Amino acid sequence: MPVNQEFKPTIVAFCCNWCSYAGADLSGTNRLQYPANVKIIRIPCSCRLNPMFVLRAFQRGADGVILCGCHPGDCHYTTGNYYARRRMTLLFSLLDYLGIEKERTRVEWVSAAEGAKFAATMNDFCQTIYNLGPNRRLEDLRCKSE
Amino acid sequence: MQRIGVFVCWCGSNIAATVDVKQVAEALGKEPGVVFSTDYQYMCSQSGQEMIQEAIREHRLTGVVICSCSPRMHEATFRKTCQKAGLNPYMVEIANIREQCSWIHKDKITATEKAVILGRAAIAKVHLNAPLTAGTSPVVKRALVIGGGIAGIQTALDIADAGFPVDIVEKKPTIGGKMTQIDKTFPTLDCAACILTPKMVDAAQNENIDIISYAQVEKVQGFVGNFSVTIRKKARYVDETKCTGCGLCTEKCPQKKIPNEFNLGLDNRRAIYIPFAQATPKVATIDPNYCTMLKTGKCGVCSKVCTAGAINYKQEDEIITREYGAIVVATGFEPISMEPFDEFAYSQSPDVVTSLELERLMNAAGPTGGTLLRPSDGAHPHTLVFVQCVGSRCDGAQKGKSYCSKICCMYTAKHAMLIREKYPDTEVYVFYIDVRTPGKNFDEFYRRAVEEYGVHYIKGMVGKVTPQDGKLKVQASDLLGGRQMHIDADMVVLAAAIEPDKSARPLATMLTASMDTNDFFTEAHPKLRPVESPTAGIFLSGACQGPKDIPETVAQAGAAASKVIGLLSKNSLTCNPCTAKPDELMCNGCSSCEKVCPYGAITYVDKPFRGPNRTTLTRRVAQVNPAVCQGCGACTVACPSGAMDLQGFSNKQILAEVDAICR
Amino acid sequence: MNWTETIERISGVNPRKCMKCGKCTATCPAYEEMEYHPHQFVDMLSSGRVEELMGSRGIYMCLSCFACVERCPRNVEPAALIEAVRTAVLRQQGANHMKADAVPALLEEELPQQAITSALRKYSKGG
Repeated sequence: MPVNQEFKPTIVAFCCNWCSYAGADLSGTNRLQYPANVKIIRIPCSCRLNPMFVLRAFQRGADGVILCGCHPGDCHYTTGNYYARRRMTLLFSLLDYLGIEKERTRVEWVSAAEGAKFAATMNDFCQTIYNLGPNRRLEDLRCKSE
Repeated sequence: MQRIGVFVCWCGSNIAATVDVKQVAEALGKEPGVVFSTDYQYMCSQSGQEMIQEAIREHRLTGVVICSCSPRMHEATFRKTCQKAGLNPYMVEIANIREQCSWIHKDKITATEKAVILGRAAIAKVHLNAPLTAGTSPVVKRALVIGGGIAGIQTALDIADAGFPVDIVEKKPTIGGKMTQIDKTFPTLDCAACILTPKMVDAAQNENIDIISYAQVEKVQGFVGNFSVTIRKKARYVDETKCTGCGLCTEKCPQKKIPNEFNLGLDNRRAIYIPFAQATPKVATIDPNYCTMLKTGKCGVCSKVCTAGAINYKQEDEIITREYGAIVVATGFEPISMEPFDEFAYSQSPDVVTSLELERLMNAAGPTGGTLLRPSDGAHPHTLVFVQCVGSRCDGAQKGKSYCSKICCMYTAKHAMLIREKYPDTEVYVFYIDVRTPGKNFDEFYRRAVEEYGVHYIKGMVGKVTPQDGKLKVQASDLLGGRQMHIDADMVVLAAAIEPDKSARPLATMLTASMDTNDFFTEAHPKLRPVESPTAGIFLSGACQGPKDIPETVAQAGAAASKVIGLLSKNSLTCNPCTAKPDELMCNGCSSCEKVCPYGAITYVDKPFRGPNRTTLTRRVAQVNPAVCQGCGACTVACPSGAMDLQGFSNKQILAEVDAICR
Repeated sequence: MNWTETIERISGVNPRKCMKCGKCTATCPAYEEMEYHPHQFVDMLSSGRVEELMGSRGIYMCLSCFACVERCPRNVEPAALIEAVRTAVLRQQGANHMKADAVPALLEEELPQQAITSALRKYSKGG
């Protein structure tokens, strides 16, 4: 599709400090490539992800949002990822209702040892977003700087 | 407006090869609030750090952004650098342009573009950073050990040796735990009592150790360094200070038919009893469920024979509240109930026993004086069948446990060997699924049982045990031999799975220490922090964390003690300043945050607020204890009114990052 | 779908859960009559030797008493597996099915009949 070749998606990845951020670092250490469209925001735990942040990202023109946390049972704070999982399930359903395709949002568990999984996840997610095309549904054009 | 300095690191060629650092420094220099922007080969080097410090002084910087490697690498380094130059260390943000940019992209233009965006996000965040000060909290220099088995005793001894006072809380009338019931220990076959009782005496005589026996923990408050624990010391109706442990009362008591727990009900004790000869403290205890005096008010024999005047029928439970800096959990294990496994006829025949019962039947201080006799008729058994993995390694939905109980293979080899040595006229069959004997000299020990002592090890399982004509008909499979076996056994010994003590679950709730689905305590890290609970200040010792043999338990006990000593030797603890903080004016006291807090860091206070017309309103608001809060942020999202925020990762800061990335 | 998959689907048995303890075989009252024993059924399923099992007369010696199902610590259910093998044999197109008249001659004197065992099992559970 010619449109998509021009399309440079913006993807926000929220990574918990203990597992997924370290996993992202590891994929860098191992020189595993994934698209530069992915920008990582470090949060202490996946349960720190306020649904507001996801909404804001889409409002400001993000094309996809992914949350990475520790595997269930491995949370540094014991139960944080369980809260995150429930909250995101609910939020993603709401977003789907609002017209943001379910594929634009994702929760993935990546441990500190899974650098390869991190890169693979990001490649796959980017490809999904490429296929979906730009997100226009929630974007507030008044927020654009140009 | 902040005055921000941006420092872009080349990291040699690690960053500079794929990111145009000059261009990044230039682009970020144009961002609002940035008053200084530069690049340098190695920011983390001495000269790089000095450059940052000089810039802070010269340009009166209020915030610093360093575009370099991962914050997991050098965040602490740069925070210290800035602190030395007079800047609050929490005014530093790192943009990760190495691991998350230069190392994963090959195209210089894309990588440079991304580095600029990451830098912008960090700048946007620093704009909203607030100086944070790490608080300190004092440490009470006393430790509590819950459980007085070999794990608890060893931990207490090691802590006491370092000069810190320790209390051991034991729910039974004596310390010693399961090891007191064991006859011999593998793989050396030395007697358990001979190596344990000296340690019990050491613990009793150590002036730093206070043994609170026949007691249990009722309530735990506080946090690392400052726990306040309420302990209920149950009435034993005997004055511990007066009782000499002569044992006369235990001989004269007319209530004789009470199952003796110490011998697992294989014989009887009196209503007033001392569990065993080496009990520590060696003090008699009256069992209120059986004592005629306590039940009907008539008897008083023990009181009459006691020359020390120690009997006190009016004694009441005592509540002790003490402060501790650290708590060690050493609650140990129990064998699981054999009732659900009716195919082994455990409840139908007294000759089907568990391995722990066999320990008592072989112990010189046990009900048979150390001679192995069948419980049913007191005859010498000639054929014994051992069944391994009873209740261990079961599928999740089954009546047993999914894990391997770890110790059974070794103690069964020990039992088989001891029996064959003492009674060469016996035939001993061991039915196993796998023989698991990793450990120093363990496999050699098992092989000795097979090769030197002629124990019949049979790969297969016992399907059914039927008591018939004074014998136990055992039907079993010999998988390697490809036959079904029918053995007329005199005794069947079941290697019962072990499970955490029943008191562990409520205790974990009190301590806010996490447990796995089997009720074993979870360690902070399965490999690197095996003796610490994820809850700060709570340590784990022994089988409460997972099945363990004695050497492993002692090793873990020592490790837990060293962690406690490390904590108690500090005068105060530095807290993580990135903690949750409620806006009291917005908080409506709904308790949502308290419910999600895994650490119990949130409490509620009634606070006066100024109302209209000089009135005072009292409102219930959340309060976060910064010493307990670990900064996960679960509460910040749970808060319906948006009152709770996380310092260092505030809503505004993260939103600013999102905006910068999506710009 | 191959036979292994068919049997797994009909029976719901996952042979990979088996830890080869042999309690099923130790429990089996029809051990002597059987060509293959319960733990072997499971092993044959996991190693793809189902056709061998389907060709064995031993599968009709299983009384469906379900003692192995009751006692298996891993919930593998060997009896359900043998039941599925029998079903698979029945489902085979063109297979040589027995005639009703031939059945009495094939009955083992020593063994109780499956239907009776099943009825006993059904009505003795207090269901």
